[in-house]
Amino acid sequence: MREKATTLYFGPQHPGITGNMMIRLKVEGDTIIKATTEVGYLHRAFEKLQEKRNWLQSFTMMCRFCVPETDPMEELYARAVEEIEGREVPERAKYIRVMVLELARLASFMLWYGGQNGSLGLYTMGQWSVGDRNYILDLFEELTGGRIYHMYIWPGGVRRDLPKGFEGRVLKTLDYLEKRLDDYDDLMFDNAIFKKRTQGVGIVDKATAVEHGVVGAVLRGCGIKSDIRIDDPYEVYDKLDFIVPTSDGADIWSRALVRRQEARQSIRIIRQVIDTMPGGSVYNKIPNPQKWKLPKGDAYVRAESVRGEVGLYVVSDGGTMPRRVHLRGAAYVHGITLLEDVLVGENIADVSAIMNSLGTCPPEIER
Amino acid sequence: MSFFDLKGTLKPLTALKQFGKKPHTIEYPKESLEAADRYRGLHYNELEDCIGCGNCSTICQNKAIDMIHIAGIEGSDGDSGLRPRVDNGRCCWCALCVEVCPTGSLSLTKDYLYVSEDPNSFLFTPGLDNPEGKDNLSFTTTEEESLNVFNRVPMPELEGMERVKSFAEVVIGYNEEMAREEAARCISCGLCTEICPEHMHIPEYINAIANGNDNDAIRIIYDNNPLPEMCGKVCTRRCEDVCAIAVRGEAVAIRWLKGYATSTAKTADITYEIVNPEINKPNGYKVGIVGAGPSGLTAAYYLALRGYDVTIYESNKKAGGMTMYGIPKYRFPLDSLDKQIDYIEKIGVKINYNTKVGKDISFEQIYNESDAVFMGVGFPQPWTLGIEGEEAKGSMQAVNFLHEVNDGEQIDVGKKVAVIGGGNVAIDAARVSARLGADVTILYRRRVQDMPADWEEIEGAEQEGIHIVPQTIPVKIHADENNKVTGIEYLMSEMVADDKGGRPRPVAIEGSNKVLQVDSIMGAIGQQADYSFLDGKFAEKIKIERGRIVVNENQQTSDPKIYAGGDAVNRTADAISAIADGFKACKAIDKTLVGKTD
Repeated sequence: MREKATTLYFGPQHPGITGNMMIRLKVEGDTIIKATTEVGYLHRAFEKLQEKRNWLQSFTMMCRFCVPETDPMEELYARAVEEIEGREVPERAKYIRVMVLELARLASFMLWYGGQNGSLGLYTMGQWSVGDRNYILDLFEELTGGRIYHMYIWPGGVRRDLPKGFEGRVLKTLDYLEKRLDDYDDLMFDNAIFKKRTQGVGIVDKATAVEHGVVGAVLRGCGIKSDIRIDDPYEVYDKLDFIVPTSDGADIWSRALVRRQEARQSIRIIRQVIDTMPGGSVYNKIPNPQKWKLPKGDAYVRAESVRGEVGLYVVSDGGTMPRRVHLRGAAYVHGITLLEDVLVGENIADVSAIMNSLGTCPPEIER
Repeated sequence: MSFFDLKGTLKPLTALKQFGKKPHTIEYPKESLEAADRYRGLHYNELEDCIGCGNCSTICQNKAIDMIHIAGIEGSDGDSGLRPRVDNGRCCWCALCVEVCPTGSLSLTKDYLYVSEDPNSFLFTPGLDNPEGKDNLSFTTTEEESLNVFNRVPMPELEGMERVKSFAEVVIGYNEEMAREEAARCISCGLCTEICPEHMHIPEYINAIANGNDNDAIRIIYDNNPLPEMCGKVCTRRCEDVCAIAVRGEAVAIRWLKGYATSTAKTADITYEIVNPEINKPNGYKVGIVGAGPSGLTAAYYLALRGYDVTIYESNKKAGGMTMYGIPKYRFPLDSLDKQIDYIEKIGVKINYNTKVGKDISFEQIYNESDAVFMGVGFPQPWTLGIEGEEAKGSMQAVNFLHEVNDGEQIDVGKKVAVIGGGNVAIDAARVSARLGADVTILYRRRVQDMPADWEEIEGAEQEGIHIVPQTIPVKIHADENNKVTGIEYLMSEMVADDKGGRPRPVAIEGSNKVLQVDSIMGAIGQQADYSFLDGKFAEKIKIERGRIVVNENQQTSDPKIYAGGDAVNRTADAISAIADGFKACKAIDKTLVGKTD
């Protein structure tokens, strides 16, 4: 006998959802036959608010676009402003920026480890990785003064130079994390439950990925090699040696394998940065912020976040405030159109795991 | 994958090796965590250092900071008396307020936690409500890191020894690019407006200059100052003394910026075109003004705009008063003054030159013909030194000397000149003498740091090779048989602390007599008014105390129809105070006669 279809509201408040959004699921038994995403619970109108803030004030809002990984947003804004203004950035600042970006990436992977496993009921992993992430946050606190919202990378460079002995503490933390990543492998990638729950689940094949304009680990997880840090290098990524891992499985498992290797690549990048970082100033000072004007013009810049490519478009009308700031992150596609497609035919119990795997980040969807 | 994955079942059990290890977390509140040195916690404000400029409040993008009065902190010159209050419900701890604080008084503390059941306590005044924050500072901003631009755009000037070759203007003036850059340093706090006697709209016109709208700047400036180019060159600029940026850096060059803006209007016609003044229809009232100095010209200009029939009576052949005859041309060139007087005449002010009140026209006649009279007669009479030999040839008064030089007369001061005094007049006389080819020595009874002259003027004089001999008290002028000055005898002095708490007094050291061989001696120890033009009945009617005319807050004298302003009234004795007096008198006259209140 055919079961009667029913509607299930998943979110907006749900421990398995990655922020405040809702998915309306039409299910037959445990199987999803239609998924409709509903966003709007997290809209804070940052892009609009930035039009009423001066160029420096706007910078403090960038980190809020994505809470788990704030630094790529700050870096994008700084780079866009620098491009419009033609402001030089000291070499050392560029290295520090890459170090911060990769530390943020690492911290974000740690959160993902927790989220991905937590969504499958494997809570130990989350306690480990979120605990270990704290050691990165400690570094951020020391470097930037903030643990989550760093507000550190700003137009012209970075806000402060490295504290004394900071590099040593970063390396020490990296050594520790590298060992822990092995522990994570035992607990996660060698775990029969994890394998069973993720292999063959949440398939995003090449055709779907291309159709939706998928980016980042999801794209690499279906075998397409793509990474902005290599394809369109910014800061000093072109001087660094790292690989872009791919996997062909196109399922949650493959994407997890990609991220597992990327975390190790981040550690490798930070070590290189510390080895090759030049001296000098870290900040090409902006004028008095109240009267700081940018020439007329616009800039589109992009960067690789943990979720994939993020693009930022900034328009200046020659005044003291941005005319328009527009951010387009990977989550916008992954969390709305792609998610609606992928969820069809999947099991209710896998919704959370799929969301985590796709890198849906509602704050990034709703600027 | 087989149905039963043995490895996958056993491997996760390796997690058991973590069992019994010390947890990574801390047990709060038994253990506590020390925040990093840069941690951005709660605000702390050093209330004594804060000047209430409000830059923190301006930069705050969450509007979390407002400026409030708090008990026990009174405003003073350069301190608005306001202090920031932070709403921690709005704050996002970006610390931009700390980065832009010009005094460096604001910082953030290491407080990780703030817990309270009282929601109102989240709105607090840093420094007042958390005095303990002082020992707990973390995020601070050094001068290097600060987002304020502490260094002034250098003013191009003639080289020291190049200057003394002519009366060419020493200060060359900012070009457009320099002016924009300098104007961009201003943080628009308005402390300058408060202290300016005339309360000029300083942040507004600086902002206009920064935005490239020089014409707007000129219009804003002319709103309450009809002699801005003069102020842009020689103002005593108390505004710069209180500039918020000056606490840790160099004050915004307010004077030069005003000078720059007004210099962009090259002629009186262009100024007229830009300001495009709205002149009211004649209202039938007549106002007579004695003296075409800054106060008289200001009163005349704004009264003429309001439709009054204004006539100024000036004893000299040119208008400007002390700014024309007392200030050397290398500081304030003639064409610049002429341009401004032209403009004032253009809007309908009549100036009767070479008309000395009391001689060419009686004060009574002006009084009877006018509905109101304004006196801006200044302090033209120098004080004499009162020492032996002062009547010798070659002994003169600096004010008279400057007057004659500015009038175009050729004066032979000889090879060596001594100037007595430490004010701007003394420095001016010394620098003018240097330009006439003399070797000049300034004798001043106190120390160099006590000199009332502008420090820039003192520096300028030193660069031009002028010697300053401090702590000297002249006692006698030596003259030869033809009664021609040959030298000045003086005593050295020592500074003695004043019992009453005043500034230290110089006391002569007996027997320390020295003689300086000079050809000319100029006294510059101050001036006084000359009220001889007041006929008998007015001399009785108008109250004068210690040489100054007594006026009320409306510049009105004891005769309600007579107003007064400028050096003859106020003790600050500078041009901008005179302008302020003139403007105040204008408003008071207008209010009395027409009843307007603006």
